[in-house]
Amino acid sequence: MISLLLIIVPLVGAVIAAAWPDNRTRPWLLPAFGLVHVVVSFWLFVAPPEVAPGAWIGFDALARAVLPVVSLLFLICAAYGVSYLRIRSERPNRAFVSLLLAILGLLSAGHQARHLGILWITTEAVTLATVPLLHFNGTPRAFEATWKFLLVGGTGIALSLLGSFCLGYASLHGGGEGDLTFAALTAQGAGLSRPWVLAAWLLLLVGYGTKMGIAPMHTWKPDAYGEAPSIVGAILAGGVTTVAFTAILRVRAVVGAAGEGAVADRTLLVIGSFSMLVAALFLLGTRDFKRMLAYSSVEHMGILSFGAALGGAGVAAALFHVWSNGLTKGALFLSAGNIRRAAGSPSMDDVRGMSVVTPRSAAIFVAGMFAVTALPPFGPFFSELQVVRAALAGGHTAATAIFLGCLLLAFFGMTRVVFGIVDGRPRPSTRLNGKRFAETAGVIAPPLLLLGLSLWLGLFTPAILREAWSAAVVMLYPNP
Amino acid sequence: MTLILEFGLRLTVWLLLAPLLPGIINKVKAWVAGRRGPPVLQLYYDLAKLWRKGVVLSTLASPGFIVGPAAAWVALFGAAMLMPLGPAGSALAFKGDVLLLVYLLALARFCTAWAAMETGSAFEGMGAAREVSFAVLAEAAVIAAVLSLSVQTGSVSLITMLSPSAGAGAVLLAAGLFTVLLAENCRVPFDDPNTHLELTMIHEVMVLDHSGPPLAAILHGASMKLLLYAVLLVQAVLPMGELSPLGAAGALAAGVLVVTVGIGTVESFLARLAFRRVPLLLTTAFLLCLFALLVAWKGSAA
Amino acid sequence: MSPGILNILIGVAMGLNLIALASSRLPSLIRAMSLQGVVLGMMPLFMGHESLDWRVAAVAVATMVGKGVIIPSLLRRAMRAANIEREIEPFLGYVPSMMVGAGGTIAAVALARALPLLPEHAETLLVPGAIASILTGFILLIGRVKAISQVCGYLILENGIYLFGLLLIHSTPLLVESGILLDVTVGVFVIGIIVDRIQRAFDSLDTRKLTTLRE
Repeated sequence: MISLLLIIVPLVGAVIAAAWPDNRTRPWLLPAFGLVHVVVSFWLFVAPPEVAPGAWIGFDALARAVLPVVSLLFLICAAYGVSYLRIRSERPNRAFVSLLLAILGLLSAGHQARHLGILWITTEAVTLATVPLLHFNGTPRAFEATWKFLLVGGTGIALSLLGSFCLGYASLHGGGEGDLTFAALTAQGAGLSRPWVLAAWLLLLVGYGTKMGIAPMHTWKPDAYGEAPSIVGAILAGGVTTVAFTAILRVRAVVGAAGEGAVADRTLLVIGSFSMLVAALFLLGTRDFKRMLAYSSVEHMGILSFGAALGGAGVAAALFHVWSNGLTKGALFLSAGNIRRAAGSPSMDDVRGMSVVTPRSAAIFVAGMFAVTALPPFGPFFSELQVVRAALAGGHTAATAIFLGCLLLAFFGMTRVVFGIVDGRPRPSTRLNGKRFAETAGVIAPPLLLLGLSLWLGLFTPAILREAWSAAVVMLYPNP
Repeated sequence: MTLILEFGLRLTVWLLLAPLLPGIINKVKAWVAGRRGPPVLQLYYDLAKLWRKGVVLSTLASPGFIVGPAAAWVALFGAAMLMPLGPAGSALAFKGDVLLLVYLLALARFCTAWAAMETGSAFEGMGAAREVSFAVLAEAAVIAAVLSLSVQTGSVSLITMLSPSAGAGAVLLAAGLFTVLLAENCRVPFDDPNTHLELTMIHEVMVLDHSGPPLAAILHGASMKLLLYAVLLVQAVLPMGELSPLGAAGALAAGVLVVTVGIGTVESFLARLAFRRVPLLLTTAFLLCLFALLVAWKGSAA
Repeated sequence: MSPGILNILIGVAMGLNLIALASSRLPSLIRAMSLQGVVLGMMPLFMGHESLDWRVAAVAVATMVGKGVIIPSLLRRAMRAANIEREIEPFLGYVPSMMVGAGGTIAAVALARALPLLPEHAETLLVPGAIASILTGFILLIGRVKAISQVCGYLILENGIYLFGLLLIHSTPLLVESGILLDVTVGVFVIGIIVDRIQRAFDSLDTRKLTTLRE
C-alpha cells in the first residue's frame, strides 16, 4: 500500500496548501511534499511491490519505469518554485501551490492506473487542475492561451472517454463481464471485437495524443507553454505528457493482444513522423523562445511515438527518452524562465545579448538546447540513438531518414533562436530590466542540477534503470 | 343508406365544423391576454355577412380574379374528401392518394396566388412571392413527413398510413408537422393574422382586394385547410387503427381540440419571426420530419 | 430493456440537436442543451433488466439534476455577467450547420451498421444518436463565435458520449459514471470562471478577439 502514499501525500499537501494562511511561507510546501514523494518513489523503484493482476491502481512495471523521473522533476521544479514565487510575491499563490501539489498526486495516480476508467478520470482532473495555473500571469494573452487549452484539451478528453467506452464495449461484445482493467482486457485478447477495438484505438490515440501534444492535436501547446509560467511549462512538458504516453502504451498493449498490433504500430509511426516534421518546420520559423520550447516538446513527443511503434526495443528506447527528455526540458524551461523575466519579452525581435545580462542562465539555456538536439554525451543523444538503432533493426530505413532529417532541421531552428537571443549586445532597456531580476542561487541551481542529471543519465545510464525499462517492455509485450 | 349518412357526416364535419377552429384560436388568444374576446362562432357570422354582400371587381382584372378563389375552394374540398376522418375513413381511397392530396393543396395555393397577382397591386405580388417561397420549404417538410409515415407502414394509401402510430419518431414528426401547420396556415411565428401593416403580411395581403362571396370562399377554404392539417397531425401521431370506432372518434376530436388550443397558445406567446429567419425554421421542420423518417427506416430495418 | 421508449427518447435528443444548431439566441441554446441532458438522464431508468437498481436510479436523478439544473444555471449566470443574449453571425451559418448536422446524423445511422452490437442493443439508436450528438457538439464548438455557445457545444458533445456510455451501463461500475458527471460539472464550473475572467479582461465574449497569439 506504500504506492498509494504516492497519491495521497501530494493530495493532502494540496489541501494543506489551500488552507495555509501565509502567502510568503506557503511555497515551501512544494519542495517539502516533493521530497517525501521522491523518497517514496525511489524506495518503490528500488524495491518494487507486488501488484495483483486485477488491481485498479498499482505501482506496476510501467509506472516504475517512468514515475521516478516525474517525481524528481517535480522536486527540482518545486525548489525553483520557492524562489520564483518569492520574486512574484505580489500575486496570491494559494491556488498555484495547492494545484501543483494536486497535479503531482493526480499524475501519480494516472501513471499507476491499471483501469481504463481511473486512467481517464485522473487525466481529465489533471487537465482541469492545470487551467488556473496557465493564466497565473493574468495577462489577456494568458487568457487566450487558457481558452484554447480548455477547448482543445477538453475535446481531447471527451474523445478519449469515447474511446474508453468503445474499448469497454469491445470487451462486452467479446463476451467479457465488463472488467475494464488493462490486465483483463489484454487477457481477453483475440476475443475482443475487432471493429470496436480499431475505433477505440483511433479515438484513444487522438484523445490522449491531444494531452501529449502530438500533431495535429498540438495546436494548444505553443500558446499554453508560451504564456504560462515556465515552472508550469516544465511540469507539463515533463510530467503530464508522460502520463499521456503511458496511457497510449497501455492501450497499445491491449490492441496488440487483440491482434491489431500492426495497425497500431503503423499509426504511431505516421503520427510520430508527422509530429516531428511539423515541429521542425515551425521551429524554422518561430521567433519566440518560449514557443520554441513548445515546438521542441512536440518534436520529442513525436520521437516517443516513433519509438513506441518499433516494438519492444523501440519502447525501451522511448522510456529512456522519457527520462532524458523530461530532465533536459526541465532545465530548458527553467532557464528560459529566468531569461524571459530578465529580458521582459519572449521574442527574438526584442531580446539580444542575454549572455551579458544573465550569463549563467544563458549558458544553461545554450547547453540545454544542445542537449535536447542530441549532442553527446547528454541523455537525449543516447536515447535517440537507441531509437534509431531499433528503427534500423526493424527495417524502417525511410522512416529513419525522415527522423534524422527532422532532427537536423530542428537543430537549425533552435540554434537560430537561441543564439539570436544570447549573442550580440543587449539593449539598454534589457540591461535595466535584467538588474531587477538577479541570478540568485535559487533560480540557477535547479536548472543546473537538471542539466547535470541529464548529463549523468547519458554517461552512466545505471543498470537498474535499464532493467526497469526492460521489465516494462515485458509487461507490455508478453508475447514478442 | 349508410353511404348517405356517411357522406352527410363528412360534409357536416368539413363544411360546418371547420369554421369553428379559427374561433377557438381567437378565444384562446383572448383568454391568455385577459380579454373576453370575440364569440367562438364569429367566423360563421362573418361568412354569412360576406355572402350577402356584393363584389367589388376591378375592370382590369381577368375572370381569374373570381375563378381563383372558387377553384381553390373546390381543390381544398377535394383534399378534405381524401383525408380520412378517423374511424369514418375517407370518401375516396386508393393507392397514392396522399400524392393527390399534396397536389390539391398545391393547386389551391396556386389559384390563390394567381388571384392575388390578378389585381396588379404591388402588395399582393409581394405577398404571393413570400407565400410561394415559404411553401417550397414547407412542402419539403410535408413530403418528408409523408415519406416517414409511408416507410413506417409500407404503403402509400392515406388510410393505411395514418392508422397506426408513428412509433419512435412520433415526437419528431409531431414537432415537424406542427411547424408546417403553422407555416401553411399563416399563423405566428410565420405570419401574424392580426396585423394591419401590409408590408408585414403574407397571406392577408394576398386577399386584400377580394370582397363578398369570393372572400367568403377564401376564408372558409382557409378554415378547411386548418382542419385538414390538424386532422393529419393528430392521426399521424395517435394509433387510430387500434382504438374502437367511438374511441377513435373521441380521440380525433380531442386531438384536434388540443392542436387548436396549442396554436392559440403559440400565437399568444411567440412573436412573428423576421423574414430572413423563416427559412431556418422551415428547414428545421424539414429536418425533424427527416429524422422521423430516419428513425422509421432504422426501426423497420432492425 | 424497452427499445421503443429508448428510441423515442433518442429521437427527441436528435431533434434537440437540430434545435441547438438552429438557435441564434443563447437562452434557447442553453435550454435545448439542458433539455437534452434531462432526456438522456432519464434513459438509465428504462434500461434496467427486471427491477430498478437504486444505484442506477440515483445516478439517473443526479444526472438529470446536474445537466438540467446546475450546469444551465452556471451558464446563465455567466451569460448575465457578460450581458450577452445573442450570437453573432457564426463562422458556419445556421442553415449550413443544420445541413451538416443532419447529413452527419444520416451518415451515422447508415454507418452504425458497420459496428456489431450485442442483441440487446441491436434495435436501439444509441450508437447513431451518440455519433449525431458528438458531431453536433463539434459543429457548435468550431462554428460558433461566442464563448458560451462553444461551451454549450462541448456539453452537447459530452451528452453524446454519455449516450454512448449507456451501452455499458450494466458493466461499467457506477464509479466511472459518477466520476464522469463530477468531472463535467467541475469542468463547467472552471469554464464559467474562465469565461468570467475573459469577459473582464476583454470586455466581451467574442472569441474572435482571442487572436493576438500567433507566430
